[in-house]
Amino acid sequence: MELLFFYLVALVAILSAFMVVKCKNPVNSAISLVMTFFCLAILYVMLYAPFMAAVQVLVYAGAIMVLILFVIMLLNLGPEMMERFQHGVVGGAIVAGIVMIQAVMFVNRGEMAGISGDVTRDQVLEVGHMELIGMKLFTEFMLPFQIAGILLLIAIVGALVLAKKEV
Amino acid sequence: MTPEFVSLSNNWPLYLTTMIVKILVVFVVVILIVAYATWLERKVIGHMQTRLGPMETGWHGLLQPIADGLKLFFKEDIIPEKAAKFTFLLAPMMLLVPAFITFAVVPFGPDKVIGGYLVPMQITDLNVGVLYVLAMAGLGAYGIVLAGWSSNSKYSLMGGIRSTAQMISYELAAGLSIVAVFMLAETLSLRQIVALQMEPLWGTISFLPNWYVFSQPLAFGLFILTSLAEINRTPFDLPEAESELVSGFCTEYSSMKYALFFMAEYANMVVIAAIAATLFLGGWSGPFFGPINLLLKILAFMFFAIWLRATMPRVRYDQLMTMGWKVLIPLALANVIVTGVVVLLMQ
Repeated sequence: MELLFFYLVALVAILSAFMVVKCKNPVNSAISLVMTFFCLAILYVMLYAPFMAAVQVLVYAGAIMVLILFVIMLLNLGPEMMERFQHGVVGGAIVAGIVMIQAVMFVNRGEMAGISGDVTRDQVLEVGHMELIGMKLFTEFMLPFQIAGILLLIAIVGALVLAKKEV
Repeated sequence: MTPEFVSLSNNWPLYLTTMIVKILVVFVVVILIVAYATWLERKVIGHMQTRLGPMETGWHGLLQPIADGLKLFFKEDIIPEKAAKFTFLLAPMMLLVPAFITFAVVPFGPDKVIGGYLVPMQITDLNVGVLYVLAMAGLGAYGIVLAGWSSNSKYSLMGGIRSTAQMISYELAAGLSIVAVFMLAETLSLRQIVALQMEPLWGTISFLPNWYVFSQPLAFGLFILTSLAEINRTPFDLPEAESELVSGFCTEYSSMKYALFFMAEYANMVVIAAIAATLFLGGWSGPFFGPINLLLKILAFMFFAIWLRATMPRVRYDQLMTMGWKVLIPLALANVIVTGVVVLLMQ
């Protein structure tokens, strides 16, 4: 039952990912990308990671994609820009295909490392996924967490500098 | 011996029946509230402006929502020729569905014992409940954005663009104001948040419940203000400002699709009311039977929102943005920091 559900979600994810590339209209591409993010969120739920699923919908589907739509609408591309260059798609498809073959070959040739972390499924169900992430984030991974914050701050300052130039 | 919760593994027929009944009841009740919220709004605003409001259909216009629904249902459904058809059809649904499915996590009563098993009076208790609510609120933006874009009309596009900017700005402040609540509760499950609020205030004052509005008055105010802005209610209804944008993002819509936008607006109001009641006002706890308490709190909030609409003029676009980014978000952040320090000192 669960496997069947997984295949269904995976099918929708792949189809909508394909539509992201294939749609002529950038807005339809963006909607397809939202659909892909949704399917990823469902996969997270199936992996006992409800917090990741909620954040996936909240941040990617809810905030980032709305911003992307916002930009597409603001640019208001003319009909000649709407027509995507087909040879670009062909090139992208070839590159993606080669990367996929390589990935499949690597997965096929390599062996499973057999290393598992100290977090188990039972622990996630008992303590809670969010609590575990929070504890790790503010103890073991404090430095990377802070560095990510500084990186975002730099991005904000950079955006301000770029936008202020014209004023 | 306390009975255990009914689940798919211990008694699946009971689980399925109670689940379907719960979903149907919640859905029908929300639809009814949404229908009669339009009547309430017209009546209350009418009386506030010394008019009577709808009076002709039924006693004091009580059948007005049904008459309106029938009228909209039989109107001609027009799709503009240059509209993006698929997106045009999709937009109203994408606005309405997130509003309705948010109710899945709202607890509406104490657990009931049926056939030896505990049946929770909540459709599902997610341990990331609050985040789920925020995520669904964020998805509501798509409906308006897509409606604005797909109509292929300048008024709709302006409405859509305004609404995107507004929703993104105010979503942040709304989320940050809720953070303070779950710093106190130390859980994201709405069911446990309600249970915590039934204890005496701060563990000492026995005649008052531990509603988070007493510990977090600033967060409550911020949440009400930002969520009203997020769902485009009147002091902040720039996306559909009649005097400048005709009808904003729903200018090109007609018939049932227009009705869906209308329903979504009221459904969002009910959602915000239910969430505000659950997070800050003790949820279903109170002097009466569980669901009645929650309904009373929701109605009180709706009345407040309608009252605001009758009282406040619409803010300007730049005022809205300045207030969101320079006042509300810093206030919410400061509230989170102060709450953190106080929680740490209390331990």
